[in-house]
Amino acid sequence: MLAKRIIPCLDVKDGRVVKGRSFVNLRDAGDPVECGKQYSDAGADELVFLDITATLEARKTIRQLAARVADEVFIPFTIGGGISTIEDARGLLSAGAEKISINTAAVRNKPLITEISEAFGNQAVVVAIDAKRTGESWEVFISAGTTPTGLDVIEWAKEVEKLGAGEIMLTSIDSDGHNAGYDIELNAAVNEAVTIPVIASGGAGGPEDMLRVFTEGKADAALAASIFHYGTYTIAEVKDYLRQHGVQVRR
Amino acid sequence: MIAIIDYGLGNLRSVQCALRRVGAESAITADADEISGADGVILPGVGAFWRAMENLRKSDLVNVVLETAKNGKPLLGICLGMQMLFSESDEHGRHEGLGIIPGKVIRFTESLKIPHMGWNEVKHGTPSPLFESVKDGAFFYFAHSYYVVPNDPAVAIGVTDYGKTYASAVQKGNVFGVQFHPERSGPVGLEMLTNFYRLCKTT
Repeated sequence: MLAKRIIPCLDVKDGRVVKGRSFVNLRDAGDPVECGKQYSDAGADELVFLDITATLEARKTIRQLAARVADEVFIPFTIGGGISTIEDARGLLSAGAEKISINTAAVRNKPLITEISEAFGNQAVVVAIDAKRTGESWEVFISAGTTPTGLDVIEWAKEVEKLGAGEIMLTSIDSDGHNAGYDIELNAAVNEAVTIPVIASGGAGGPEDMLRVFTEGKADAALAASIFHYGTYTIAEVKDYLRQHGVQVRR
Repeated sequence: MIAIIDYGLGNLRSVQCALRRVGAESAITADADEISGADGVILPGVGAFWRAMENLRKSDLVNVVLETAKNGKPLLGICLGMQMLFSESDEHGRHEGLGIIPGKVIRFTESLKIPHMGWNEVKHGTPSPLFESVKDGAFFYFAHSYYVVPNDPAVAIGVTDYGKTYASAVQKGNVFGVQFHPERSGPVGLEMLTNFYRLCKTT
């Protein structure tokens, strides 16, 4: 049976991991390769590196990062942040990333989704959707959650699937950073609307949140950052809990 | 030396990194002479079947793959590379494959999440050196929307459940195919690549 995936997300700035404070045993807690290896050894199913580098110039470091991670880490990893052309995507995928994720660029330039998908396969294209609740529905926000688009999340999710996305990374802006659980309704609604896998993101506070988003939210994977980075839970603890509650996870 | 065939598709570097990790020297190459001189050959691949076949033809590399299959050297198709070993695929209309292993490639039923993406168990089928010391039911990383249906079920050396049970690893003599990505499958994937490397050294 296909396992539900647990995916730690690492924020990267100028080629360095930021916020990785639980890596007490590492020689260099800011080194993406060391962090990636540690998570891989700890049982992570995939990794996401999110580039939050501010300047275009410094973004070149992300490709070197992808190459260095690929040298040492043998589980799939996704690179997101600042990818706006097919050349950006090509650079990262040929360096060894398994997938790239696009967010703002997907909204501003829809054909980019199709272009990357046709060139590298839809399994390489993750469209990240930042969703904010507006009454009974959710609206798509871009530019790191700062800019409303007027797009309805469910309609956008269906559209990106049609355009060639292989996966959706669905972040609830309302839940993000609160460690109080994923937006279950949002996940259930999107999973109902599309047939591509969905990664739930935003709000993980513990294993029970992941259990809920897998069972009630019907998500295929759960992304988390702070609970792992700060050592609140280990990946093994999360997986043990899920297994005890009947969720198939990779051993 | 293991030749990783470069026909303009596929994440070749990750395969090379994993081979390096298991101590195998490899070359990413589109040179038919280099490929035919290698101890073993890997045919990777992502994206659409027809495009991959077209690229392989345009790169003039179909013959060297067929020769490798014929002359007994280990050949490993990964993901789409595995599907290309078969006779034909239904992806975007009917398209002819390399025809090394008789059978076809078809799409998962619509009631499932597609692509089949993530870690799934591979149960042992017909015994194969590729699975030596790999645990029965070990998890490998998958990312695909189509799967192979071999004419001869005995070529299945590994099977996986996704909606139905299908052949996720095959062997016909010196020709191997895996639907999953051993280069992305952590220690168990490296174990499998070690097995392939050993076959390359001893064949």
